[in-house]
Amino acid sequence: MMSQTDETPAVAKRRDNNMAESNNQSAETKLSDVHKRIKAAFETFDNAANNTVDVREIGTIIYSLGCFPSQADLHDFIAEVEEDHSGYIHLDRFLPAMTKVLLEHKFPPIPKDLLLQAFEVLDKDNKGYLEPEELTKYMTQEGEPFTQEEMEEMLTGLADHERNVIYYKDVINQLAIDPDM
Amino acid sequence: MGCGTSVATETQGKRVERDEAVQTPGPALTMKAAVLIQRWYRRYMARLEMRRRYTWNIFQSIEYAGEQDQLQLSSFFSFMLDNFTQLNGNGPDLISQLLDPVVDPWLDREICYSLILVPESYSGPRLSFPLSVSDTNALLAAFKEQQTLHARYVLQLLYETKKLLKQMPNIIHLSTSYTKEITICGDLHGRLDDLLLIFYKNGLPSAETPYVFNGDFVDRGKKSVEVVILLFAYLLLYPDNMHLNRGNHEDYIMNLRYGFTKEVMQKYKTHGQEILQLFQDVFSLLPVATVIDGKILIVHGGISDQTNLDFLSSIERHKVSGNNQLCLIVVHLIECFHLEQIVDVLWSDPKIQEGCSPNTFRGGGCYFGPDVTQRLLLQHGLQLLIRSHECKQEGYELCHGGQVITIFSASNYYEEGSNRGAYIKVGRELVPRFYQYQVSRTTRKLTLTQRVRAAEGSALRALKEKLFAHRSELMCGFQEYDQNYTGRVSVSEWALVLEAVLRLDLPWRTLRPHLARLAPDGSVEYQSCFEDMGPGIPLPQVTSNLAETLFRYRTDIEIIFNIIDKDHSGLISIEEFRHTWRLFSAHLGVAIDDSAIDDLARSIDFNKDGSIDFTEFLEAFRVVHKLDSKDPHLSEKMSRKKYS
Repeated sequence: MMSQTDETPAVAKRRDNNMAESNNQSAETKLSDVHKRIKAAFETFDNAANNTVDVREIGTIIYSLGCFPSQADLHDFIAEVEEDHSGYIHLDRFLPAMTKVLLEHKFPPIPKDLLLQAFEVLDKDNKGYLEPEELTKYMTQEGEPFTQEEMEEMLTGLADHERNVIYYKDVINQLAIDPDM
Repeated sequence: MGCGTSVATETQGKRVERDEAVQTPGPALTMKAAVLIQRWYRRYMARLEMRRRYTWNIFQSIEYAGEQDQLQLSSFFSFMLDNFTQLNGNGPDLISQLLDPVVDPWLDREICYSLILVPESYSGPRLSFPLSVSDTNALLAAFKEQQTLHARYVLQLLYETKKLLKQMPNIIHLSTSYTKEITICGDLHGRLDDLLLIFYKNGLPSAETPYVFNGDFVDRGKKSVEVVILLFAYLLLYPDNMHLNRGNHEDYIMNLRYGFTKEVMQKYKTHGQEILQLFQDVFSLLPVATVIDGKILIVHGGISDQTNLDFLSSIERHKVSGNNQLCLIVVHLIECFHLEQIVDVLWSDPKIQEGCSPNTFRGGGCYFGPDVTQRLLLQHGLQLLIRSHECKQEGYELCHGGQVITIFSASNYYEEGSNRGAYIKVGRELVPRFYQYQVSRTTRKLTLTQRVRAAEGSALRALKEKLFAHRSELMCGFQEYDQNYTGRVSVSEWALVLEAVLRLDLPWRTLRPHLARLAPDGSVEYQSCFEDMGPGIPLPQVTSNLAETLFRYRTDIEIIFNIIDKDHSGLISIEEFRHTWRLFSAHLGVAIDDSAIDDLARSIDFNKDGSIDFTEFLEAFRVVHKLDSKDPHLSEKMSRKKYS
């Protein structure tokens, strides 16, 4: 991703300041960048402008910061940061907890090939695609089940319009295009 | 995976751990696979939701910033008044031209419309007054078929509406009954589809189905004329069961800026001016508030700590224009207080913090806190305030502990899929019930992905135009951080400059990938912000500074020109152009070379007859997005609309 070219000290310093992954970067700058990212994501859901968000939005915020927690992971995280079952989470508790998650890469992304294998497990007849009924059965009965709404959105979004089946290989490639951060 | 093996051990209730190398996947593996896919998909949906949120933020920020520009225009008028002695003899004429309303007494007489002949070839509705249900049905049918009502009937309708409204008080008092509920709708902004959808879902206005429409019927949408004609027609048909409150867009200057004037002039080339004049009269006569059972207050904007319903009832409302700045200039201190009462009610927004502060975003009205609401409700024995004026994602929103409801009825206001519309129904028990809807243009249901993408594209385009309009300032800002002219700054610096110059509270880092390119070292190549945009027509003789200023203020310039161009011919004289531009740039403190203006004026006068077709001129200052590719889904959209 990054190649060493001839660069002036000013450019080198700037490069260092921008590469969050770089070992040369001062821990302070890296931390401040992480804090800024977390705050920005948090603020998007802070409707009352009082540094709290509804606990039901926490999943969205964490996902948007690049993490892939399971529902169980989310549950544990929320238990740690929620204000005594008030239904709200304050930035003061969210920030340190989330910073830890990001710096320790706690909920790493799912590699594409693993995802493909997962679909292949479900595709028991090895057809190369899944019928809507098949996918529905697995998503709503297995693992951490989808709600009806989630299932409908998934089927509308992923199903091939003509054949009404899910070509999972294509879907994985499509949904993997992720321009953000 | 391979073919299935013989042994079936997947009995219910028993989980058999299997080695992943085994060919038939066991239940444990299936579960793992399912969890993985669920996690992955949920994250994808969360990212979409995030994008939807910040898209919303972009639209709102830009909308409010646009209203700040309104303030700019108004302060220009006061600047002009202060300086009119410097206008070299053109002064008083120009001012009176701009500020005196065209009062044509001829319009008050019935003869004005009866003289207009309706040709045999006209196939639209022919209204007969007093109106009957067949007339309103004819209007509904005609508008669904994209027909236009003949100017004669528009004028007659407006004339009758004006007569009716003159008899109405400022505040209308309604009662619920055991058998019928009152339906309350918010902003429509010229969205005929939403109005028709409401009628479809909820029923047409009638004695059994009374309605209150809470202002902002016109502007922004393309069918403002049709919307407002239908509303007035039902008002005439059922004056006891149809109630209209005035909104801040039922106003002369707002209409100039936000499209209603243009729409009328386009649809009615011969009689447009008379129609517009009557519209303004009717708008100024609309009641400003409705009260249900003495308990629910309905106004378009909100309230202030000065709001007093008894006083509000006593004002002569038609004398007060909805636009405060313009009036404050013309009408002096004596009528000021009356004016402010109405402006507050039409323009205010609720806020979370306590207190009452001036609404600087809008340039009129206040931000009112929960304590202000509480006080007013107590003072008048009310229990609820229903208002509109702000777009809400779900079509409605409660605040101030449930004492204030915002109701907004134009779905997809910013873009396809941006928000739902809603209406409220209220019966004897005075408990509001909410009904939501969303007009959908395609026959195939759009996925969330498609809707977010469409809205996002639109928002980003608008945002890029803002960047383009402030190019020089931004470049100056960037160069302060880039003394060595490398063309790059860090992401933080880039975000800082944008925030300082544009003063829009947006998540710039998150938006960065859509706005600017990164260099290999992770810094931002700031020139790339302006790369894929350009002016509509290249103007080689114009300096870039002038072009940018003209671009940034094109809406304001358009409004001023429209005011000068009283006969709406689309032409103004070069002298007027030069004159107004000099004034405007002096006011803005922009150093524009006089000879540059003259060159520009002469170059635009294409046929050298001393007049400028300023519509064409302004076209030059629309931004062209060079990378605009046709949305593939647009071609799939059917002309028939489906109501979802």
